[in-house]
Amino acid sequence: MTDIAIFKDSASDRSFRMKWTANRIVVYGILIFWAVICLFPIYWTISTSFKMAPNVMQGHMVPWVDFQPKWLGWKSLGLSPDTIGAESTVRDEFVKRFINSTITALVSSTLAVILGSLAAYGLSRFSYKFLWMRNDDISFFFLSQLILPPVVLALPFLVLYKELALLDTTIGLILLYTLSVLPIVIWIMRDQFAGIPTELEEAAMVDGLGVWGAFFTIILPIALPGMVAAFILSLVLTWNEYFFAALLTSTHSNTLPVMVASQTGSQGISWWSMAALSTAAILPLIIIGVVLERFIIKGMAAGAVK
Amino acid sequence: MSNGSHLHIVTNDDIPASRKQLGRALVWGSAGLMLALGLAQLVQAMGWRDFGFQTWRPTLYAFCLWATALCWAQVLVRGEQGKRTLFVLPAALFVVSLTIFPLLFGLIIAFSSWNLSSPDGRQFNGVANIVQMWNDPFYWNALLNMVWYSLAIVLEYAIAFGLALLLNTQIRARKFFRVAFLLPLMLSPVAVSWMVGKSMLEPRFGPLSRLARLFGWENPSFFGTPEMAKLTIMVMDAWTFIPFMMIMLLAGLQAIPKELTEASRVDGATGWRSFWEVTFPLMLPVSITAILIRIIFKLKLADIVINVTSGGPGGATDTVTSFIFREYRDRSNVGYGTMLAMVYLVFIIVGMTILMKLAARLTGPRT
Repeated sequence: MTDIAIFKDSASDRSFRMKWTANRIVVYGILIFWAVICLFPIYWTISTSFKMAPNVMQGHMVPWVDFQPKWLGWKSLGLSPDTIGAESTVRDEFVKRFINSTITALVSSTLAVILGSLAAYGLSRFSYKFLWMRNDDISFFFLSQLILPPVVLALPFLVLYKELALLDTTIGLILLYTLSVLPIVIWIMRDQFAGIPTELEEAAMVDGLGVWGAFFTIILPIALPGMVAAFILSLVLTWNEYFFAALLTSTHSNTLPVMVASQTGSQGISWWSMAALSTAAILPLIIIGVVLERFIIKGMAAGAVK
Repeated sequence: MSNGSHLHIVTNDDIPASRKQLGRALVWGSAGLMLALGLAQLVQAMGWRDFGFQTWRPTLYAFCLWATALCWAQVLVRGEQGKRTLFVLPAALFVVSLTIFPLLFGLIIAFSSWNLSSPDGRQFNGVANIVQMWNDPFYWNALLNMVWYSLAIVLEYAIAFGLALLLNTQIRARKFFRVAFLLPLMLSPVAVSWMVGKSMLEPRFGPLSRLARLFGWENPSFFGTPEMAKLTIMVMDAWTFIPFMMIMLLAGLQAIPKELTEASRVDGATGWRSFWEVTFPLMLPVSITAILIRIIFKLKLADIVINVTSGGPGGATDTVTSFIFREYRDRSNVGYGTMLAMVYLVFIIVGMTILMKLAARLTGPRT
């Protein structure tokens, strides 16, 4: 066998390939670098929840290689394998906050999706006239709620809720959360409905369905992915909300972020239990983020492309 | 949205007069009930007569009843037309009752001195709150901080655009990178403020402090000087929100027809020029939307500041929201806090209107 290559790469070809490889290295380098920036804090929190004091102080990073994982942090939360059966006041507290957060986020997101979808559908299909306001003005009215900073509403609501005995109730919080995500839902759903041709309803109405009948049987199934996207996005926002919860709730209905924040404030709290608490607080959303990433991206991209 | 996409349905409604009357009676009846209850409660609140109300709940229930009656009456009175109104009416009632009413109420509070923990109750004090605000250096400092924080968006935008461009090229494991880049957005700011602000930036054991020492910074202190503290808060906020802009920009990039970039390549435009002369101008509308929404979110920034620095050192990291939050927590003066918030709202509305006008001019058709 001879070593003579029949097809030779010319010099320009080789330089091209070099450039291409260098380009790839730079691209993947940046991508991996940024992925590390995004993921390291999460990794750090989760791993710290299994550390002990010396591990933290000596800066051990990799489990089983330079430190032996212990359930210390989770034990203080009452969630480690050996304490899971036993009584634990911290765990009861945590579970209560967790349930509060779940209920508040789920109910307010559902409410916002229902109200928002109906309004967005109406605005995309019929022409309204209320005083001087036409469709575009009404849309703008809804969307303009987005620029209202929570702090403007916070103190009036504090006083109003006090008078209405709604302070420190889940319902009060749900109402405010619904209000705060409603513009986003309308933003997403308006886009969604605008993409559905009106011929569909016209055909349905010729077949004898009413306006609402056509909406529920024809349009709703088509718009479902958009509604799911709006729902997930609302869920993320309401689950993470801290400001209103910190102001308006105290003992009965405060949510997980308030609990995390109050723990951070207290001095001398151990790192590992704080890390365990943070992990428990962010884990549901990390799971949602990984599993339902498609919907979240769809929801956020809705307004971007007209 | 043009009128062309609307549904045009001609209906021949024949609504009997009795049904119309029932509808009107429902609305006016419930409205009368609401007014009567509200008036009775007002009389009691003024201390003229005692009806035995504990809270304002009865008026709230009457309001809910009236709202339901109003929705129902739409169908009763206006038939098919009313059914269409029913799509928008619930959301509109919800938003109006939860924003317009509290805002008007807030205006009253803003011009009064009201310490919730004192038994005196509300006292009208005219413009005293405005005078106090004018002389409050910390409030103006917080407003100035908001300008600095908003300026940081330029850098966030550049990074987000770069990442979106990379994700839009032919790469392997695109899904992995997309999920990884998205994750910071999913985390609650409170958790982030512990994860990053309190533990990773801890001066002795935090991994980032170790890294800083490795690079020769002897005593890393991320919240020591005002400038450094502000920068750290900016970085933490950017970390959570860059994914948001990135995804919007990525959606914009994916919507650009392939033919355009290919055509520019045929015409001889190489990477850098094709970006500046083809991609970037096409991305202008999306960019402006993303930046405007990002500014709106930035103006609400508070959670991280409250939990990491609580405004320190010396108010260097204060945002308006966190400042009012502390103002209320420390002195429980609702009146002054509301006045500050109202003034902030006015600033925001003026600022956003100017920005949106500018944006409309920038993206509008060139003449």
